Amino acid sequence: MALPKTIPVTAAGRPLRTDPAPASVKTQCFHCGTSCDHSIGADGRYFCCDGCRFVYQLLQENGLCNYYDLTQTPGIRVMGRFASEKFAYLDHPEIQQQLIRFTDGRQTQVSFYLPQMHCASCIWLLENLRSLQPGILHSTTHFQRKELFVVFDPGQTTLRKVVELLAFVGYEPYISLDNAGARRERKVNRRQLIRIGVAGFCFSNIMMLSFPEYFSSGSMDLPYLRHLFSYLNLALALPVFFYSAAGFFESAWKGLRQRWLNIDAPIALAILVTFTRSVYEILSGAGPGYLDSMSGIVLFMLAGRWFQDKTYDSFSFDRDYKAYFPLGVTVITSAGEQVATINSLAKGDQVLVRSREMVPADGILQSPEARVDYSFVSGENTPVIRRRGELIYAGANLLSGAVTLEVVRPVSQSYITQLWNQADPRGDRKNTEKSFIHPWSRYFTLVLLGIALLAALYWWVADPTQILPAVTSSLIVACPCSLLLSATFTYGNMLRQFGRGHLYLKNASVIESLSRVNTIVFDKTGTLTHATQADISFEGRPLEPGEARAIAALAAQSVHPMSRLLRDWLLAQHGTGNYSVSDFTEYPGHGTEARIDGRFIRLGSRAFVTGGDSGPQGSGTGQVLVSLDGALRGAFRVGNRYRDGVPEMAAGLLAGGYRLHVLSGDHDAEQDRLRKMFGPQTILRFNQSPHDKRAYIERLRDDDPSAVVLMLGDGLNDAGALLCSDAGIAVSEHVSQFTPASDAILDSDSLTAVDRFLAYARSGKRVVTQSFVLSILYNLVGLSFAVRAALSPLVAAILMPVSSVSIVLFVTAATSLAARRRNVPRRDDAHTTL
Amino acid sequence: MSVLVILISVSILVAGGFLVAFLWSVRKGQFDDDYTPSVRMLFDDTPPPASRATDSLSEADKPSPVKTKHS
Repeated sequence: MALPKTIPVTAAGRPLRTDPAPASVKTQCFHCGTSCDHSIGADGRYFCCDGCRFVYQLLQENGLCNYYDLTQTPGIRVMGRFASEKFAYLDHPEIQQQLIRFTDGRQTQVSFYLPQMHCASCIWLLENLRSLQPGILHSTTHFQRKELFVVFDPGQTTLRKVVELLAFVGYEPYISLDNAGARRERKVNRRQLIRIGVAGFCFSNIMMLSFPEYFSSGSMDLPYLRHLFSYLNLALALPVFFYSAAGFFESAWKGLRQRWLNIDAPIALAILVTFTRSVYEILSGAGPGYLDSMSGIVLFMLAGRWFQDKTYDSFSFDRDYKAYFPLGVTVITSAGEQVATINSLAKGDQVLVRSREMVPADGILQSPEARVDYSFVSGENTPVIRRRGELIYAGANLLSGAVTLEVVRPVSQSYITQLWNQADPRGDRKNTEKSFIHPWSRYFTLVLLGIALLAALYWWVADPTQILPAVTSSLIVACPCSLLLSATFTYGNMLRQFGRGHLYLKNASVIESLSRVNTIVFDKTGTLTHATQADISFEGRPLEPGEARAIAALAAQSVHPMSRLLRDWLLAQHGTGNYSVSDFTEYPGHGTEARIDGRFIRLGSRAFVTGGDSGPQGSGTGQVLVSLDGALRGAFRVGNRYRDGVPEMAAGLLAGGYRLHVLSGDHDAEQDRLRKMFGPQTILRFNQSPHDKRAYIERLRDDDPSAVVLMLGDGLNDAGALLCSDAGIAVSEHVSQFTPASDAILDSDSLTAVDRFLAYARSGKRVVTQSFVLSILYNLVGLSFAVRAALSPLVAAILMPVSSVSIVLFVTAATSLAARRRNVPRRDDAHTTL
Repeated sequence: MSVLVILISVSILVAGGFLVAFLWSVRKGQFDDDYTPSVRMLFDDTPPPASRATDSLSEADKPSPVKTKHS
């Protein structure tokens, strides 16, 4: 048999060994921990594939075996060998310029995003890169951001070589032109920290200087001390007012300009009123003012925001199609092969696509034949064959050897990117920072102003000199501090609880969407089913072990995913033996045949095996027939394997009154099984293109205005649907891998907890309501002092922190308790909860 | 009671010193990453040997270094 030109790689990305190796001894790959046999070894250690062995040998040669001591089997399975030209685009100066942060000819600094980073060994190896390649001067990791910062000498090595080294050891950097924003964000975080620090410093000192005032009940023995303290307080309050609180004023002003009283408006008003009244009191010598309360408000509010904003650094929820495509492509011109940036592709260009690369733009195939995997685009599992002159869509993954394509549409107009280019129907709604407490805050502000007005009216009749004190102290004491803190801490703690169950939400407002969901749409392939595993059954007279092993030996010859699944299943059932394989021929799209130990075996579609009419029973139905010496022996049915617990989850959701829908890009072979799991009222749709899925969600929302749609999907093919649903959850088997733009990322092992997650989201609303009532009670107490113009600084200084702290404690305890009661899963492993 | 004035100014100075230290550390990036350093400090101090193989990677450049076995 002829060796394929490219390295055969199976669906799971494992370089395929063409021998049915003895599977008798089971062990773990020393590098990556995948279970394997003893067929590949070095130094008495065993590996699952040659890729892992090569990495081990490279590290061993360079004295870096400490990698294996820090963590057990830390390695990352090398996902197939990269083609030697894969990173050629990194030699393109224009692309380099966009990636390199700094260079002076002797030192070049660049940072990469490495989603594979997962343990202490990774940090150790990545920070010792200089031992592996001479030109690398220095490398530092940021584990939570999964970033690697490399300084190298451009005289000794190149950007491309650094990336190739990383890819070789299993950490292929994710390179995209739109991750330039990360650095700016960090600066903002620092400023936020400094604001908190300044507010904390001023608050504690103001409190200290106010103590004498609290305990001397307004009459201090030495007037000059009293003045000194007041002026010191004033000086300390200035940075709080002008620097730390600036964010609230900005936000409130932005809201006012859009004629919208947001939750920051009453805070800004309270800070402003407290500050001016205190300044007035101090300068006129009338009293000590409320500067302690003011700086306390600012400190607590800033701390609350910090708590809420601390989200998942290493996740990106806003990826669009650009994140999926390669940066550079190889264009064939009259001058030979040239690397060009993807945006410069124009109609009529000839591009070269290599094995396992993604097709960058819709194009007509110029080479005789290509086998492509559309699972990314359409959700179909089975690879398809395209012949010369046929159109291949962008986003397809090339499985066979290198081919050339003639571009028919530039990248921005290709079939798959159209999903994004359609206007987002809820664009406005999604972008405005919608929060559950907004309508309340508006109401709150109006009621507060009403009370202040009433008090003013009362005092206007009774004693006009008390108008100002009564109004200002109402505004001071009724600051929505505790109200706002309750929502902040409730949602902040819930985000953490969700994260422990491996559901990572983009922000707190997603909780609110989840709590209103009444319609749930599932994608089938990759979401309800395992992406790489299948259920196989044999129809016909049961196979004898000898027959089964012979068929396995034939299946092992092919790189087709179906063959691989069959081989694994047969090996697991019957074990292996040694067979001589001769006359092996593969007919792409139809099947394979070979003589195994003298028996002629054919494996493939009905038309291929029986020689009859293909009819409706194509290979797409998940059926593989087998014949022995020309006689039909039976058929393997390769069905999707559903994740454990899917039927229970469906039953739970149906009992909870949700309307369920299942969309699939596949044919309807699975209809009966899905029907059994999801019950008669669930709507099942098959053969759905990405556009169909998106349109389906839009129709659901249009037909029933009360429908709040949750979409769960996995691939790029669900991206449109995820975008236009009320809440879109991207399901992923590895959360650090790339998922389409969505509101949340869910680890597939927690998929079946969706019903519990939704129940928990609803309970959050109740906690916020309870704490709202509590904070209203506090406000009533404070207001009862204020409207009587009897609010002393001492009462304000006690009431404010007591109410804030008690509310924070209440909501944290209530949400943690609710998580336990609703049985939200907790998976406390260090890798993914970070 | 002028001792009070001295005490207060000293206490504010001390607190101010801490504030300055905090601002300095934030600006120096001490708070940027609160996980990796905790792992890094556990690594051995002896650095691994400097790179000796200059062509270790060029293996990866070869078109097909994977040796496929045949039965």
